[in-house]
Amino acid sequence: NSMDRGAWQATVHGVASRVLVASRHFANDATFEIKKCDLHRLEEGPPVTTVLTREDGLKYYRMMQTVRRMELKADQLYKQKIIRGFCHLCDGQEACCVGLEAGINPTDHLITAYRAHGFTFTRGLSVREILAELTGRRGGCAKGKGGSMHMYAKNFYGGNGIVGAQVPLGAGIALACKYNGKDEVCLTLYGDGAANQGQIFEAYNMAALWKLPCIFICENNRYGMGTSVERAAASTDYYKRGDFIPGLRVDGMDILCVREATKFAAAYCRSGKGPILMELQTYRYHGHSMSDPGVSYRTREEIQEVRSKSDPIMLLKDRMVNSNLASVEELKEIDVEVRKEIEDAAQFATADPEPPLEELGYHIYCNDPPFEVRGANQWIKFKSIS
Amino acid sequence: MAAVAAFAGWLLRLRAAGADGPWRRLCGAGLSRGFLQSASAYGAAAQRRQVAHFTFQPDPEPVEYGQTQKMNLFQAVTSALDNSLAKDPTAVIFGEDVAFGGVFRCTVGLRDKYGKDRVFNTPLCEQGIVGFGIGIAVTGATAIAEIQFADYIFPAFDQIVNEAAKYRYRSGDLFNCGSLTIRSPWGCVGHGALYHSQSPEAFFAHCPGIKVVVPRSPFQAKGLLLSCIEDKNPCIFFEPKILYRAAVEQVPVEPYNIPLSQAEVIQEGSDVTLVAWGTQVHVIREVAAMAQEKLGVSCEVIDLRTILPWDVDTVCKSVIKTGRLLVSHEAPLTGGFASEISSTVQADPLECRGSLRPSREGA
Repeated sequence: NSMDRGAWQATVHGVASRVLVASRHFANDATFEIKKCDLHRLEEGPPVTTVLTREDGLKYYRMMQTVRRMELKADQLYKQKIIRGFCHLCDGQEACCVGLEAGINPTDHLITAYRAHGFTFTRGLSVREILAELTGRRGGCAKGKGGSMHMYAKNFYGGNGIVGAQVPLGAGIALACKYNGKDEVCLTLYGDGAANQGQIFEAYNMAALWKLPCIFICENNRYGMGTSVERAAASTDYYKRGDFIPGLRVDGMDILCVREATKFAAAYCRSGKGPILMELQTYRYHGHSMSDPGVSYRTREEIQEVRSKSDPIMLLKDRMVNSNLASVEELKEIDVEVRKEIEDAAQFATADPEPPLEELGYHIYCNDPPFEVRGANQWIKFKSIS
Repeated sequence: MAAVAAFAGWLLRLRAAGADGPWRRLCGAGLSRGFLQSASAYGAAAQRRQVAHFTFQPDPEPVEYGQTQKMNLFQAVTSALDNSLAKDPTAVIFGEDVAFGGVFRCTVGLRDKYGKDRVFNTPLCEQGIVGFGIGIAVTGATAIAEIQFADYIFPAFDQIVNEAAKYRYRSGDLFNCGSLTIRSPWGCVGHGALYHSQSPEAFFAHCPGIKVVVPRSPFQAKGLLLSCIEDKNPCIFFEPKILYRAAVEQVPVEPYNIPLSQAEVIQEGSDVTLVAWGTQVHVIREVAAMAQEKLGVSCEVIDLRTILPWDVDTVCKSVIKTGRLLVSHEAPLTGGFASEISSTVQADPLECRGSLRPSREGA
């Protein structure tokens, strides 16, 4: 995957160098106004203006487009029954994963729930590995054994199926960050549905008590599976639910807003003040999972309205084009390249063989020497190695 | 198919060893190699996805409960809940997404019929749902809680084991939460993987004070669920999710009860006792048929139905007759409920016998 990253970077530089000649037609950067964040227990919030460089803009655009197309490809593969099991897509929420990554360092840590394909990509894995994991092949990032909900990467702790269970884990990772003293923070994400789980409040208390560098992030996409936030929560001000933990509410469809808020929150944590809570107001176009059409609890008009007015990729594109940071053609070219990359990855994911049955019992324990695990009956045995 | 083939292989060995021979002698000679191969020897076949196989076998239409209707498992559950809410004005149903009908459609139409005060959604908080349900039950109302998947029941484990199970005992019978029933989809479904396939009955079997029930069919489900709801002890009712649509049979429209803690001998036999619950009952029924046809082995098939407290008498009586026992369940082997059954049966044959009424007939 480092090769893929390298290839990707080369492509970006390739594009950059090709247009370097024509760069005199483009601005190097532009300043944008971003929405002011609602604040809880904070005197000041993130800045209301930010500078976006051309390079960053192209990078974010490419990343968001890659996540978008990857999710749509996963949708297609699922309908063809090449991907099976559970599949939770995050198209519509690209500004969250790309924006968060833009506000932190690769050495920071991130943990989230099951809507994790976008984060897996932004944390450094290639589309190939992600799609191959979805199709359950040996080239997948979890060797084909984890599937959609269980993808992991360096400093990315998944990928967790049980709702809310990842939040105390995130607090623990933050404890390790504080202990190791390397100025790292942990982004601990959960959704609006999970916000009502008891263990989240336990984690809030521990993090605040011990001043852990933990950024709690509620990705509020308005629906916990099929239940709208109004019907699930006594208070839908998720950024205030940390009570004694300061919070901010962020426009999760605007990547620049997310980036600035993340930088602000990370700086807050790194200064040793303790945890902070961010609510990202965002939206998912797909249903909860591929088994949910997503239109029985919300109207198609609502989905259409978000798509036409608040689509994160469209918002970035408009900004860049209108400020002369990029041309429409250039961005279209990126679209074409991304499409090709996804196509190739999908090819790989479809053609790669499944992991061998011998490996079914691996990694149950950490053990030496190998021991035997019984299969579905006592005459099928698997060797368990780890 | 692999599971069925494996059973048949086991029985083949049994036959070869002779019906009177020591039944544990498994290394018989001259047997088809296929049954003893390790996973790697399956070769190319191993690379294909192997989906567990079973065929739902409906029971004959019941005649003693009045008019019947064709129902699948989730419809039978809806019917039971409908009956409960109709005759018990204190009955309420709650859980995640139950209002619109539930993710498995078990509560369709109930909110419209009985009102939003009696059928309502809870937020996403299993520990809260069960704790809250215990509270309702303690005041005397009938609380029917749904945990969306048995895999999610673990945050509520403390409430079930420490609160619900021990309420009556620790209050000296002053209080109890007997009118609490927890329903939850259970067992493998083919694509569920880690968190939509679990069978946690063994964890709860370790806890006196609660009852654990698993039906095998729509007719059984309705009768057992109604018994759980009316039982004066907190009950956990696990519904095999793969049977929600796959199991269809004639089910009485009116309420009826199937007693708890009574296993059912579905098929009588003389050579070996096969015990299972839930979906697995249909697998072993097929095995029994295969064994009879191909090996001439006569199997007695028992559906345990209630895991806790389980019907020791019926199983022991059967094993005394046949001399051999095989228990099969989807849950992991170690510490699974089969270990409890097999250790009880083997613990002391006299003790096992002693639990039965003596039946000595003259020559």
